[in-house]
Amino acid sequence: MMLQITIAVLLFFGSLFVLVAAIGVVRLPDLLMKMHASTKAGTLGAGLTLLSVAFVFGEVSVATRVIAIIFFLLLTAPVAAHVIGRAGYYSGLNLWKGTVVDEFFADHPGRFPSRNSENNNKEK
Amino acid sequence: MFSSGSILLQSVLIFTFGALSISLILAMIRLILGPSLPDRVVALDLIAYIVITFIGAYVIATGVADFLDAAIVVALIAFLGTLAFARYVQQAADKEEDDKI
Repeated sequence: MMLQITIAVLLFFGSLFVLVAAIGVVRLPDLLMKMHASTKAGTLGAGLTLLSVAFVFGEVSVATRVIAIIFFLLLTAPVAAHVIGRAGYYSGLNLWKGTVVDEFFADHPGRFPSRNSENNNKEK
Repeated sequence: MFSSGSILLQSVLIFTFGALSISLILAMIRLILGPSLPDRVVALDLIAYIVITFIGAYVIATGVADFLDAAIVVALIAFLGTLAFARYVQQAADKEEDDKI
């Protein structure tokens, strides 16, 4: 019975976090925030669900594969998010109006002529 | 389909499939609407995560653990696809920068 409850809780929170990630990707205003929602909540949701698979079967072969997938996700998700965020920044994304600090833009004044500085820095 | 497990596990599985289906639809909306290409790449990445989660839930529902290999392949292809798209976006941005100068 304890095992069943553990599995149910892991499955429930896993799918809930994936749902939160999807809502975040639809609702958040700019690319970096969408990337943050998708990467962190998505990885956590997938990891919890896969962990519940290991608990359901309770075999070494299944648990090994599950741990391999989770390890691979934890290894690649930050790299992929960083790379796409960097490429999006260089391609000139429009940051959200309420962005407080953009240090790269402040340090490289001539780097992005298409982007006006009032939009990024101190506009209230 | 939900042959094994208690009533608790079956109801949680139904909730899981429903939540994951809604997540797929939401990610698809962002993939279609997304104002820029990086937004669409992020949505594709999220779809890959949702598919991996879906495979996990499906393994529990059917009791066939072999589907986990498909999850490994999806994770690998999603990572490589994101890297390829990011390289493309980066090169397009660099080229635009060079044309301006």
